[in-house]
Amino acid sequence: MSAAAEIFVSALIVIGAVFTLVGSWGLVKLDAPMSRLHAPTKAGTLGVGSVLMASMCYAFIWRDGSAHELLITAFLFVTAPVSAMLIAKVAIFRRTNVQELPPPPTDTTWATHDTGERAIKSSSASENRGGNTATPG
Amino acid sequence: MPRKLIWRLFPHPLLTLLLTLVWCLLVNGFSSGTVAFGLILGTVIPILTAAYWPRRPVIRKPLRVLEYILIVLWDIIVANVQVAIIVVFKRNADMASNWVAIPLELRTPEAIAILAGTITLTPGTVSADLSDEGHALLVHALDAPDPDAVRDAIKSRYERRLKEIFE
Repeated sequence: MSAAAEIFVSALIVIGAVFTLVGSWGLVKLDAPMSRLHAPTKAGTLGVGSVLMASMCYAFIWRDGSAHELLITAFLFVTAPVSAMLIAKVAIFRRTNVQELPPPPTDTTWATHDTGERAIKSSSASENRGGNTATPG
Repeated sequence: MPRKLIWRLFPHPLLTLLLTLVWCLLVNGFSSGTVAFGLILGTVIPILTAAYWPRRPVIRKPLRVLEYILIVLWDIIVANVQVAIIVVFKRNADMASNWVAIPLELRTPEAIAILAGTITLTPGTVSADLSDEGHALLVHALDAPDPDAVRDAIKSRYERRLKEIFE
């Protein structure tokens, strides 16, 4: 029983470590800012989740149990997408090394490009606007 | 019965329950004193923050929430393995990273927030932006030769279920 539990917990730790390693490797290997964003979100979900699960199993089998890991997972799952979205918005806003965005299917533009500056520019100097938007990084 | 007073005291009943649960988990115990203090926090915090969250999301099918959580957890595991394989074995030049524009049928802000969070948590896709009036979602896919397939998968797998839960 004890040996099986030990193997189970160790396996969870190793799985978590492998995914965290792959996430870090992806951060180094991928070349575009938007692609790079994908790597840490992986490490943040299964990598950390698996290590936390190992910690919880360990606490319940050998100690008197702990549920803090559930809270950490919940907070992580709520906050990680927000930071990822903000980083993506910065990349979209600066338009450096970012692929051309598709037009939104229903509304006029994407929220990050919906700046007052752009609205003024497009209304006052329409010939200037083409040169401004067509400069990829 | 003064219904209005009850709504004033508990502007977000589910938030009250959630805060109580979080407090018990933080303390790591379910003694009566812990639950009582958790309930006090769960009553005071929603009242103090009610001004910033005027609308009350209605969960129409609570059982579907559990189904949704299980599906998302399963997808996180499956997609993690797929993306790990892509990251380790695929050359950067071979990756077809693409923007995917998803027209939204959801209108509840909380449901759209959950959809965007789900898309980011499942590896391979990151939600990047909303359209200016909130009727479309911009998603970046790491390796998607066919953006339309990604769009349809997200719409049928997640958005349809969230629509059943919230609308």
